[in-house]
Parts: sequence; C-alpha cells; structure tokens
Amino acid sequence: MESCNCIEPQWPPDDLLMKYQYISDFFIALAYFSIPLELIYFVKKSAVFPYRWVLVQFGAFIVLCGATHLINLWTFTVHSRTVASVMTTAKVLTAAVSCITALMLVHIIPDLLSVKTRELFLKNKAAELDREMGLIRTQEETGRHVRMLTHEIRSTLDRHTILKTTLVELDRTLALEECALWMPTRTGLELQLSYTLRQQNPVGYTVPIHHPVINQVFSSNRAVKISPNCPVARLRPAGKYMPGEVVAVRVPLLHLSNFHINDWPELSTKRYALMVLMLPSDSARQWHVHELELVEVVADQVAVALSHAAILEESMRARDLLMDQNVALDLARREAETAIRARNDFLAVMNHEMRTPMHAIIALSSLLQETELTPEQRLMVETVLKSSNLLATLINDVLDLSRLEDGSLQLDLGTFNLYAVFREVLNLIKPIASVKKLHVSLNLAPDLPEYAVGDEKRLMQTILNIVGNAVKFSKEGSISITAFVAKLDTLRDSKAPEFLPVLSDNHFYLRVQVKDSGSGINPPDIPKLFTKFAQNQSTGTRNSGGSGLGLAICKRFVNLMEGHIWIESEGLGKGCTAILIVKLGMPERVNESKLPYMPKMPTNHGQTAFPGLKVLVMDENGVSRMVTKGLLLHLGCDVTMVGSSDECLRLVSHEHKVVFMDICVPGIDSYGITIRIHEKFTKRHERPLLVALTGNTDKVTKENCMRAGMDGLILKPVSLDKMRSVLTDLLEHRVFFEAI
Amino acid sequence: MDVVNQLQRQFIDYSASLHREGFLDDQFTQLQKLQDDNSPDFVVEVASLFFEDCEKLINNMARALEQQQGVDFKQVDASVHQLKGSSSSIGAMRVKDVCIAFRSFCEAQNREGCLRCLQQVTHEYSLLKNKLQTLFRLQQQILAAGGSIPVVE
Repeated sequence: MESCNCIEPQWPPDDLLMKYQYISDFFIALAYFSIPLELIYFVKKSAVFPYRWVLVQFGAFIVLCGATHLINLWTFTVHSRTVASVMTTAKVLTAAVSCITALMLVHIIPDLLSVKTRELFLKNKAAELDREMGLIRTQEETGRHVRMLTHEIRSTLDRHTILKTTLVELDRTLALEECALWMPTRTGLELQLSYTLRQQNPVGYTVPIHHPVINQVFSSNRAVKISPNCPVARLRPAGKYMPGEVVAVRVPLLHLSNFHINDWPELSTKRYALMVLMLPSDSARQWHVHELELVEVVADQVAVALSHAAILEESMRARDLLMDQNVALDLARREAETAIRARNDFLAVMNHEMRTPMHAIIALSSLLQETELTPEQRLMVETVLKSSNLLATLINDVLDLSRLEDGSLQLDLGTFNLYAVFREVLNLIKPIASVKKLHVSLNLAPDLPEYAVGDEKRLMQTILNIVGNAVKFSKEGSISITAFVAKLDTLRDSKAPEFLPVLSDNHFYLRVQVKDSGSGINPPDIPKLFTKFAQNQSTGTRNSGGSGLGLAICKRFVNLMEGHIWIESEGLGKGCTAILIVKLGMPERVNESKLPYMPKMPTNHGQTAFPGLKVLVMDENGVSRMVTKGLLLHLGCDVTMVGSSDECLRLVSHEHKVVFMDICVPGIDSYGITIRIHEKFTKRHERPLLVALTGNTDKVTKENCMRAGMDGLILKPVSLDKMRSVLTDLLEHRVFFEAI
Repeated sequence: MDVVNQLQRQFIDYSASLHREGFLDDQFTQLQKLQDDNSPDFVVEVASLFFEDCEKLINNMARALEQQQGVDFKQVDASVHQLKGSSSSIGAMRVKDVCIAFRSFCEAQNREGCLRCLQQVTHEYSLLKNKLQTLFRLQQQILAAGGSIPVVE
C-alpha cells in the first residue's frame, strides 16, 4: 500500500449528486470570474464611480470566491495534498476578504442609498420648477396680452373704438363667451347696455343702478365674481345648463355731464361704468387670479383711455369755439376798421366842406353888420352871427376832438410869452365877468418864466375854457387865477396815479389854479366832467350853451402836454377849483425867444439864400433864359442852361434839384419832357422838381401841368422876391402852383 | 463929387421918364436888382442879347411877310411869340404890347395888319435901343466918375 497524501473525497465521484455539484461549481466559478470582468468593463466605461476601492475589494472577493469554487472542482476526485492546501489557502483568503468586504459594505450601502434619495429629491424639484415655469410663462403671456390690449386701446382717441377694441381684445386673450359694457345713463339712475361683443346693436336694455351686486362691484377696484343670475349677467340665451363664471369690474369715467347729483348723497361723485365678462358655458373653466388681474388692469387702462378721449373731445370743442370766436372777432375788427375809415373819410370831407360854408356865413354876416340896417334887421343879423359862431365853435371842437382821439393831433411847439397868454385870457374874460359882476383876479408867481416853449394856441384855449367855465357857472362872487411853477411835492399830490412828473433841466411844470365861488359840483359827478358829451343834468337849468366837449378837449390837450387837469369841489354851492399842470419847455436863449418864429421868410437875402442849389433852366428864348439865369444866380444857385428838350433830357441828372421849363413856346412839348423825366428818375427823391414857367394865365395850362406830373407852375414875369419865395416854398413843400 | 451927384440925378430922371413913357416896366427894375458885384454888366449883357434877338426876329418876320405866294403865318406867329417872350423878359413894355396885337393879326391871317404891326415893332425897337444906349452911357459915365449906380425903385 502506498501512502499518498491525497485526500479522498468523502463521497464516491460517480455519484450523481457529485456530478451535479461538479457542474455547478464549474459554472459558479465561471460566473464569479466574469462578474468582476463585467464590473470593470462597465465602470471603465462610466465616468463617475466614487467607490473604486470598494470595487477592487469586491472584485477580489468575487475572484477569490470563484477561485475557491474552481479549486473545488479538483476535490471531487482524488486530489493531492497540495491541491487541498491550495484550496484551504484560497478559502481562508476568501473568508478574509469577504469579511472585510462585508464590513466595508456596512459603510457603503447607506451612502449609495442616499444617492438615490437625492436623485428623487432633485426629480421632485425639477417637476416643481417646471410647474413654476409654466406659471410664469402664463403670466408673461398675460402681460403681453395686457400690453397689446393697452396698445390697441390707447392707439385711438375715439371713444367707441376704444371700447370696442377693449371687448375684442379681451375676448381674444381670455376666450370669453360674452363681454359687455354697461354705461350709466344721463340721469345716473340706470345702467344702460352700451357695448357687447357678440350682439351687434344692443338695444337699450337698462338695469337700475342701485342693485346690491352692482354696488358691491362699484365699491371695490378689483374684479369681482358675480352670480350669473345677476341682471347684468343675464345676456345669454337661456338653455345652458352650466353657465360659465362671470366677473364684473368697474371702469371709472370722467365727470363729463353736468347733471345734479344731490339726490345721491351716499355715493361718491365718481361715475362708473360696468364691464361684465362671461366665460364660456359648459367649459368648466374657472377664473384664474392672473386673469382677474388682467381684467382689472384693462379696466384701468380703459378708464385712462376714455378720459383722454374725453379731454380730446373737450379740447376740440373748445378749439372750434375759439375759431368761431376768432372769426367773429375778425369780422368785428374789420367792421370797426371800416367804421373808423368811414368816419375818417367823413371827417376829412366834412372838415373842409363844413368849415367853408361856415366861414362864408360868418364873414358875410359880419359884413352885413357893417352896412345900414334897421334895428330889427340888426338884431336878426346879430342872432345869425352868434348862432353861426357857436356852430363854428362846435364844428371845430368836434373835429379837434376826433383828431385828438386819433392821436393825429400834434402840438405846434413854439416860444411864446407866457404872461401875454394870461393877459389875453383875462382880457377876453373881463367883459363877460363884468356883466355878471364877477371880480376876476390874476396872480402870477414871480418865479414864473416870461417865455416858454409849448403850444401857445392850445394852452390859451385850455386856460380860456377853464376860466370860461368858472365864469359861466358862477352867478356871483369872484374868480381867482393863480399860476406858478410847480415844485416836485406839489406835483405829487395831483391825485392821479398815472401822472408821473419827471423833472429835467430844460422843462418846467406850470400849475394854474382857477378858483370860483360859484355853484360848485357834487364830488361824485366830478369824474364825469371830463367825459365828452356828458352834460351835468342834475344841476338844474343851466344856460351852459356848451357842447359838453370843452373839458374833454382840454383834458386831451393837457395830456398831450404831458400834464394833468382835475377839478376839486367841496359840494354844491361851495364853488370849485380847477387845477391844471402842464409841462412847458424853457426857452434856450432870451434874445432868440423874443423873435417870433416865422418859417416863411429867411432872414438873409442875396447870395446865400440857396447856396449851391443845382438848377436846370430850359428856355428856347435866349433873353428870357438869360434873365432867369440871372435871377437864380443872384440867389446863389448853380444854374445850368439848356435851349432844347433833347439837351435838357441829356443834361438832367439827380443832382439837379429843380428844373425850370418855359412852356409857352409852341415848339417844345414840355409835357412830353415831363413824362420822360419821370421815366428817367423812378425814385421820387432822386427826381428834380419840375416847374413850369409860363405867361399863360388860363386854368387849362395849369391843369395840363398838374396832369403831366409837374410839381409847380409860375407865371412870368418873375421878380426876385417872387423867385425867392417860390424856391423856399418849393423846397419845403415840394409843390408850388401859383394861383391863377 | 458934384459931377457924380449930377450924373446920378440925371440917371434917375432919365430912368423915371423911360418908365413913365412906358418904354420900360417893372421887369427892367428887377433886372437892375440882379446886377451886383458878381455880375456887374448883367443888364447890359441882357440888353445886347435882346437887341440881337430882336433884329434877327424882325428880319425873319419881314422875309416871311414879303412872300407873295403864301405867307407862312405859323412861322411869323412863332417869331412874334419869341419876340413877345424876349421883350417881356427884359421889360420892354411897348414892344410887348405891339407883339400882342401882332399875334392876333397873325391868327386872323391878316397880312396887312401884320405888316403894319411889323412896322410898329421896328419903330418901337429902334426907339428903345436908342434910349437904352443913352441910359447905359450915363451909367458908364457915373462909374467912370467914381460913383455908384443909384437904385431906382
């Protein structure tokens, strides 16, 4: 017997069980070897696997297990000790590794599990975010709709378009079944169906406004869900089982109509319209919050748009009104202008036409007075004269006043003797005053300058008027006239806010006070005194004989002289004082002021009368030419002589100021020359003055000259003095036609 | 001095007589006024011009009126017109008066009347020429004696 160290299996190897075990072990080993390979393969493929070390461990464990089972295959038959020891080693190792792995897994498996939990958590989160995204998108969509709606609504300023667009857009956004707008009626007690979406022309379907639901809607600025059975919501044809939800919102309106709301003490003064929106029936849709918000926003926008439209309407109306008024004003202005023009034309004509016959009457009546008359006739003539004088004064006054009012009157300034003016006034008034037994005294201040610069005639007229009034309205007593230079403090108390006296070196303010002890004037009547045509009716019978214009004219004159005039009176029966202040100029030099101002005659004769005045003389007759030349040379002119019309046209230039033409020669066509000269000099200031010299004393010649465009006509023979005065007149007035 | 005074007195008397007899009128006085230091011979110049003019015009008129075939009254009228103008410019009153009559004859185309007027004009003209020449001689004498021409108003 050999003793081998082989170990025998316990069971015979031919046993069937053994065989099955053998096969199983083989397959187990195979599997055990392939699992780690698969693991390695897949882990290599995947990017992330944090537990490499675990894998290695596990791999080792599996490999060893596989090895064990593989080695087990040899133990089914008789096997040597070596195999047995290998087997034992393998098992021991396997045991060790598996224990270690088991211990490791205790740590690892919770981790792996937690990964799973996290994954679940993240998935939940993702789902939530998705939901929220959906919500935001919806909101944004809503916002976009609102913007678009607003844009649509605000793109028009027409009321109806706004409201219709609103309804249409709301329908588009929210997919409504019906949308309606109820506007308050004129009376404000009912809501009238004004606009609907589906029905084209809503017939006047009204609902009283004091419905609790409506009140509820009006009292809040939010969209309120209302019952479909509410009167405002009963718009759809009946027969639906499940009417969709209804929402109503208030739309504030501008306070346009002006009905009285005093029977509504409980409501605010704001008026609202009602917008009702209905979801489609049988749709189980519900009003979402964002949709309600959309509706509220739209309602506000509509309110704003409506108010804009209303404002626009108002402003258009106002503009139309203004345009009408403008047209009317323009017409009135044109009419006024026409009236003024007509009046001016009338005055211009009347000025001459009225005065001429007046003068004739006055002149002839005065002449008549000089002749032999019976006492009766004399009386009649005197009356005629007095009346016509009055009339003449009246005409002059009216014409003066209108000239004054036009502003076309200008003062004739000149140096005059101030003392003489007062003396003259006194002389004129003394006879009347003595008849009435009134005492007149004149008091001139010593510092009053003897000479002054101003409009003498009008100043005298004014003072005379005032003194005349004083005499007229005093039945007894005395009149005192004082005149002095007004100092600044006396100027200030002139009771006129617009009178601002300015003192300067070459001007002084003359103050004249006329005090009478007559019937006085009621203080309230004083302002009326200076208005024209206003007679003082309240003071009984007055043989004033005045036109009511005197003081008005005086005031205008005084204003022109930059002064002020007013009357003070303490009342009826207490007399009155008229005060006038005018601005007069100081004369420059005393000796100059002593000379009266005579513009006509220049003070020096001879050569220097018209120094260097360039003149052209055209005369065919040599003698007469020479005489004219001599005349003009003597006056200092620079004379050019021509003997024919061609020469005249050739030599005439804009330097020549006057052209003398002899027109009584038959050969020369003086009128033709005139026309040619007019053509040659188109500018008026360049053209020389054309004067005709003629011996013809008939009107036809004069008319022809005027018509041809000549500026003057002189009859021959011309004396030196005549030529001098003609030239003076001509140069001053640019025209001189001798009276034929 | 006595000589000057005498001459001046003579001058004044002569001037006055001329005016009185109607040879000269106011216009001549005006002309005399125009004479001053700038133009000392103004009157003499004007008078010479007048005489030349006169002779020329009278010759024209004579020739025109001598035409046997047909008198050109227009031309005569023009000349008379000129003469009238000249005479009135210088102040020759009598000449001017004849011219006025002459013109009416011209318009009437009265040859006889024109001829008569022409004769008259010639006569008046020569008279005036003599008188004026005397006057101017007096003037020159006064000036030569050292005096000044007195102004006749």
